[in-house]
Amino acid sequence: MSISKTFMGYKRENGRVGIRNHVIILPVDDISNACAEAIGNNIKGTVPIPHSYGRLQFGKDLELFFRTIIGTGKNPNVAAVIVVGIEPKWTKKVVDEIAKTGKPVEGFSIEGLGDIETTMKASKRAQEFVQWASEKQRRECPLSDLWISVKCGESDTTSGLASNPAVGNLMDKLEPHGVHLCFGETSEITGAEKVCATRAKNEKAKKKFLDTWNSYNNFILENKTNDLSESQPTAGNIKGGLTTIEEKAFGNLQKIGKKVKYVDVLEPAEEPKNGKGLYFMDTSSAAAECVTLQAAAGFTVHLFPTGQGNVVGNPIEPVIKLTANPKTAATMSEHIDLDVSKILKREMNLSQAGDSLIDITIKTANGRITCAEALGHKEFVITKLYRSA
Amino acid sequence: MSQTDLIIHDEKDNVAVVVIDKTSKNQECIGWIMENDKTIKIKSINEIPLGHKIALQDFKVGETIIKYGHDIGKVVASIKKGDHVHVHNVKTKKW
Repeated sequence: MSISKTFMGYKRENGRVGIRNHVIILPVDDISNACAEAIGNNIKGTVPIPHSYGRLQFGKDLELFFRTIIGTGKNPNVAAVIVVGIEPKWTKKVVDEIAKTGKPVEGFSIEGLGDIETTMKASKRAQEFVQWASEKQRRECPLSDLWISVKCGESDTTSGLASNPAVGNLMDKLEPHGVHLCFGETSEITGAEKVCATRAKNEKAKKKFLDTWNSYNNFILENKTNDLSESQPTAGNIKGGLTTIEEKAFGNLQKIGKKVKYVDVLEPAEEPKNGKGLYFMDTSSAAAECVTLQAAAGFTVHLFPTGQGNVVGNPIEPVIKLTANPKTAATMSEHIDLDVSKILKREMNLSQAGDSLIDITIKTANGRITCAEALGHKEFVITKLYRSA
Repeated sequence: MSQTDLIIHDEKDNVAVVVIDKTSKNQECIGWIMENDKTIKIKSINEIPLGHKIALQDFKVGETIIKYGHDIGKVVASIKKGDHVHVHNVKTKKW
């Protein structure tokens, strides 16, 4: 199959390209959710993104929090942002950072005004933003403007046999076109960490990966109360035939294909700065947390292979699901964008599956609504490192 | 294409994955090795569901399960060739 060299995207002020044109209502903290949702209810076409944190965090946990919130606002799938926070100082901090992209952003703080007055003022601005954004047109953009993240969920042995290798086949084929790629799930590399280390492009990236994996593994060893069975692997993984974390890890690693090497290791939600190619990001393996971090790092389309049928979505980054499990494809078809179960019957080979995945990825980039978008899945989950002060 | 009941990732693997709805007792299964495109035959001595693993050899406690050509865990209860390999007889070496 000849790969389409372009897709139709939204060129943003800073040169990045989005595949969606969202106006988001971004609360700085948990207690501003009600106001953000009221604004979203007033102005159709906006996307409020409620979440659970943003108060009394400190240190590295606070840095990660800001990186996640600000990165979400900066993502090129977002045309414009209304920021709502209880206090003016942190609200302004978020606004100022998002404004560096050049996109329209305005902040509103609730203290001294109340929810109703704030909602009224912010709603008027949100309406202007939505109407402004709706005039934006998609333009033909080179494939190299695509930023693709990957993460699998509710995996089973069919993930390692077929759906994850299909993602890997896409990576091997698209990496030479200059796309940005990202995989993560630090804990879920456990057992395959030595093999993963060999996929680093240079010694620096290899050392960074091993340091990152060791740190996560030590954290698990310190806090575990059993062998993590039913957490990692999950009960769903076990039902699907996965027995150990090692087995799950080797299946997981199929997503990075056979040839591509990662150029750098990213902190959670850190934007890649070494140019095109594959990046490893230090993330949890929980679906919504991982996708939220990858979206906050600027990735615009997500590939999600599932075995037993994970249903996750994200408010700003479309999540494309594929499965190789024929039962899941039949019983949960409304969640599955691409069925590659024919691989198991040897009626489809991996290269054909990779081509089909490239095709649906470009269609999605051009505007096709994913199953998760159609079903309203907007899971936005902030990774929290430790207790608040 | 002949019927494939099991898929084996790597020729070093000592387990295969069931890719039909389930194997039945005493079923002569056909396994396809992805790595080298060879075919093997093995008798399933139990019902094993889709996605679950079948032992390609006898295992004693303490031995290692190989899948993807790599160590994926240790045997904690002996396993007969053709039987179901899962959490009741295999555990992680990691956690």
